[in-house]
Amino acid sequence: MSERTLFAAQRLSALLLGPLVLVHLALILYAVQDGLTASEILSRTRGSAGWAFFYGLFVLAAAVHAPIGLRNVLAEWTPLPPRAAGILAALFAALLLVLGARAVLAVVVPA
Amino acid sequence: MHAPAPKTLAPKTLAPKTLAPKTLKVRIWRGREEGSFCSYEVPARDNQTVLDVVTEVQRRHEPALAYRFACRVGVCGSCAMTVNGVPRWTCRTHVAKVAEAGAITIEPLRNMPRIKDLACDMRGFFDKWQKAGGRFSGTATRAEPPAKVDPANPRRRAADAAIECINCAVCYSACDVVSWNEAYLGPAALNRAWTVVNDERHALRRTTLDLATGEGGCGNCHTQGSCMRHCPVGISPTESIAGLKRMSLLSFLVRDRDAAEAPAGARAEAEEAPA
Repeated sequence: MSERTLFAAQRLSALLLGPLVLVHLALILYAVQDGLTASEILSRTRGSAGWAFFYGLFVLAAAVHAPIGLRNVLAEWTPLPPRAAGILAALFAALLLVLGARAVLAVVVPA
Repeated sequence: MHAPAPKTLAPKTLAPKTLAPKTLKVRIWRGREEGSFCSYEVPARDNQTVLDVVTEVQRRHEPALAYRFACRVGVCGSCAMTVNGVPRWTCRTHVAKVAEAGAITIEPLRNMPRIKDLACDMRGFFDKWQKAGGRFSGTATRAEPPAKVDPANPRRRAADAAIECINCAVCYSACDVVSWNEAYLGPAALNRAWTVVNDERHALRRTTLDLATGEGGCGNCHTQGSCMRHCPVGISPTESIAGLKRMSLLSFLVRDRDAAEAPAGARAEAEEAPA
């Protein structure tokens, strides 16, 4: 993947992450303030296409955004050659994707 | 009548000057990558520039001292060195402005191989200027009338804001990203690329944009602003690089009609341009 594509992917995923993070934080505050229990939260998220889409998009954007930044950090701050930094970053992307998808499925798939 | 007695004035006795002439302590890098600082003492003078000091050391103390200069008046940019840790044009830097406790330390510019003493090898710096697509390629022949460029056009104004760079490499020396990433093209090369992608007479705008946003291109900039802070002519390469990033992202989403693809031959010519 070209540097230009990676640059665009990181900026565009940041554009998505901005509002998603704000909504996610607001949601945490709401849930804590209102004293929602885990079962009450799950009852709202399970079977909800809206929350599945919201957190699915969140995981995708994070899995694109963070590894590109990590690749740059590895390339600049470690003696790793660029290719090795790219491979490590791709593995990190896969890890984020798997863990994120697992978490989203756990809260949106009906029991 | 008596003539008035001549006034006898006691000879003016001035207090003997006991003050020793002021001196300036100078530490100068001697050697290549391996080397050490040598200390010299030179008379401190009014309106003395750092270049004056280096010249004085070479003429009176160390004839083998290597350094570069040409115009001595801030036009050529060849006398740039690191003075007390800061990259500067030495001809435009007064000692009084930078001396710390009556001492200055002078080294070659950072981020370039040292050749000898205060002179560094700038070939890599100039090569990157070409790698960023900075070579102008016209769209018209000599037979055609000059292009009519509206100076109020936003693109022309963006180019004008960055055009006065004289490649002194002060920004390149100040940039931390250059020190971390050897492939990074650096502020001067990208600033130049920004001027030509905004020049409506440039035939290879798309090629320049591709080169300036590719490997080692504008995406590597961390927007630390050291180039802008230290540029002796007050250019902001940081702003130029931000412009390239913006243009790169927009052209990724919407193909820029103005920056039409150049003929394949012209593109190859730009990419193989000699250093």
